[in-house]
Amino acid sequence: MSPFLYDLIGLVAGVCFILALKGLSHPRTARRGNLLGAAGAGIATILVFFRSENEGRNLAWIIGAIVLGVIVGVPAARKVQMTAMPQLVALFNGVGGGAAALVAIVEYMKLGDSASFAVVLATVFTVVVGCVSFSGSIITFLKLQELMTTAPVVFPGGRVVIAGTLGGVIGVSGWVMAEMGTTPLLILAALSLLFGVLFVLPVGGADVPIVISLLNAFTGLTVAASGYVLDATLLIIAGTLVGASGTILTRLMAEAMGRSLFGTLFGAFTAKAQSGGGAADTRPVKSGTPDDVAILLNYARRVVIVPGFGLAVAQAQHTVRELADLLTAKGIDVAYGIHPVAGRMPGHMNVLLAEANVPYEQLSEMDEVNPTFPQTDVALIIGANDVVNPAAKTTPGCPIYGMPILDVSLAGNVIFLKRSMRPGFAGIENELLYDPKTTLLFGDAKASLTKVVSALKVL
Amino acid sequence: MEAIAIISIFVLAVFVGFEVVSKVSSTLHTPLMSGANAIHGVILVGAIIVADHAETSLELGLSVAAIVLATINMVGGFVVTDRMLEMFKGKGAGDKK
Repeated sequence: MSPFLYDLIGLVAGVCFILALKGLSHPRTARRGNLLGAAGAGIATILVFFRSENEGRNLAWIIGAIVLGVIVGVPAARKVQMTAMPQLVALFNGVGGGAAALVAIVEYMKLGDSASFAVVLATVFTVVVGCVSFSGSIITFLKLQELMTTAPVVFPGGRVVIAGTLGGVIGVSGWVMAEMGTTPLLILAALSLLFGVLFVLPVGGADVPIVISLLNAFTGLTVAASGYVLDATLLIIAGTLVGASGTILTRLMAEAMGRSLFGTLFGAFTAKAQSGGGAADTRPVKSGTPDDVAILLNYARRVVIVPGFGLAVAQAQHTVRELADLLTAKGIDVAYGIHPVAGRMPGHMNVLLAEANVPYEQLSEMDEVNPTFPQTDVALIIGANDVVNPAAKTTPGCPIYGMPILDVSLAGNVIFLKRSMRPGFAGIENELLYDPKTTLLFGDAKASLTKVVSALKVL
Repeated sequence: MEAIAIISIFVLAVFVGFEVVSKVSSTLHTPLMSGANAIHGVILVGAIIVADHAETSLELGLSVAAIVLATINMVGGFVVTDRMLEMFKGKGAGDKK
């Protein structure tokens, strides 16, 4: 294929990516946007086999590797529970960053001394950021999957170790640029992997989505840089688009959560060991039976349901809808108060409730629902904790301080459906649990809700 | 390619990237992130290019690994995004700024 035609078709793929991002920004066009993106990626992948510079080597290996990737990727994406989706996205992002780093390393081995300074600079950038994105994403995956603690991991001298590693990364980058050799580049890769781990460890559970989004933008930039190394315009376009839009998205997310981006990013350097909300946990709490909860709900005029990750884990979306339908049938005003980060990521809870056919009109965003809490008789909190924790307002220095919360304490009664007294994802105590107007119903969210529903039916 | 052409492409793409997502409701943050994530799976193109001219078995091994990872990123990313968005289908999910 002539280089002109090749670039022209590549441009079509680039336009597909722009339209994809544009489409994904609006609910009505989102699905089409995603399909356009897939079409662009498909065009780009087929197109590269017709590149005029191709040497036509290793074709069987290339096809085999693609098939293997599809065999691994598609079932993972299709079978994953919607609750576990954020960590899968993190993992996909990580492998993308890893792929970019590998591409840069191989190309560097190939070019050797013939590489220009700018190409070496782009290579170093790709290897460093790609490796950070890879190992950082693995840690976010482990945190979200709860294979490791979700609380910030801070160890004595951590700041020195992180600063030292960063210094090492910068130093070895200089070495690679001065000496030109594969060995320093591999050392650089190893140090960058270590830095990625250290960078994400001190990030608290609630901030993990922001970090995933940031690493996503990072990976985009590495793809752009490797596009420069390989002289592939399409990679520059696609990577830059993702880098730029990912940066904006990260900022929007941080705003929605009331977090400063700076604070999140440099948490590694500022984090201190947290004691959390303070309060001793020996104080009594008022725990109720499903019948108590049913009675409270039955005599309410307005109920706001606050779903959290616990609801999703228990797969109780359908049962909660049943409860809401029952209450609505009794003439009670029911709304869902959705915190921007309910679940594990912004918008995650909307996806989960949409899966259970909850009418979209009943889903209220935080800003809409907060002013209505004083007129609300019962706030029913199902498997949520951090998003209603008053410590975000009252305890400066706690990990979620400054995050906007749902003001459930203004409602007449507060009901918590919880598995246990265990603190939420951010790992801090919730004062509201000890409030006299709070009733706790312990147990699996789905089992509890089922009991409440049957108690309501006989009232 | 000339340096100025590359810089122009880069700068323009930055502005386009900023512009297309500047207004998006928090409902769509996750799908948008996931979709953007799938798009950078296009590094697959780069992986195929380096595999095509790999000579030593080390080069080939690393580039084959890159192809596998990039394919997982790209294909898995688009599939999981589509699954998320499928949930919004026909729910009158529009009109939310």
